[in-house]
Amino acid sequence: MNEQIFGIHGAALELRSQRMGVIAANIANAATPGFKARDIDFNAALDARLSEARGEPARFGEPDMLYRRPTMPSLDGNTVELGREQVAFAENAMAYSATLSFVQGKVNTITRALKGE
Amino acid sequence: MPDSNRMTLFSMTERAMSAQLVGMNAATSNLANAGSVASSEAEAYRPIRAVFATELDRATGISSVRSDGLVRSETAPTKRYDPGHPLADETGHIWEAPVDESAEMIEIMESARQYQNMVQALQTAKQLMLETLRSN
Repeated sequence: MNEQIFGIHGAALELRSQRMGVIAANIANAATPGFKARDIDFNAALDARLSEARGEPARFGEPDMLYRRPTMPSLDGNTVELGREQVAFAENAMAYSATLSFVQGKVNTITRALKGE
Repeated sequence: MPDSNRMTLFSMTERAMSAQLVGMNAATSNLANAGSVASSEAEAYRPIRAVFATELDRATGISSVRSDGLVRSETAPTKRYDPGHPLADETGHIWEAPVDESAEMIEIMESARQYQNMVQALQTAKQLMLETLRSN
């Protein structure tokens, strides 16, 4: 039911919010020696969620946490590149906002249909 | 927030911010002690430095940062010949705290910037969450 109404946007919103936590953790650890920056592959995670919802045998559970490949490794083993993380955070926040307005649109449509306007 | 709770974006940011504050306090106390002198090598002030470590929450996969206490640096104090100084020892030497003021200033600026980054991230996350709550 949920999937029929919101399409991919329900799963996408959830994943976007998860990714926001992961990127914020990278930013928080920008000065921690030896910390390896991580991220999730959004497209792969969304595919997994959707095939799960369609009832196909899929990988269950949390999306895979991948390690970011640094452009220039630092001496203390930390692979956070602050600029990159901030851009990723901004991009993810924008996408979250966009997904949210799609969900909002769907909700409005259904509410209007229910009210018989 | 208690440790038994799942780590949320909020508690993660809160911990990261307090870790940065510990770092900033350490650098500030080094700056405050710059130029302080003692009459022996053992008594002289040694700069302190905050050590950061990653704190992984296995339930959510979010890693926060924690300051693992303070470490006193091993730098030797500067020995200076100043027989007129009231704290000078019998050979006329004083021991000055080995504080590099510009390094400490940079440390403070970096902590402040990092703190600011966390505030920004928190603000964005909070705004998105509020929008989500309001959307029905």
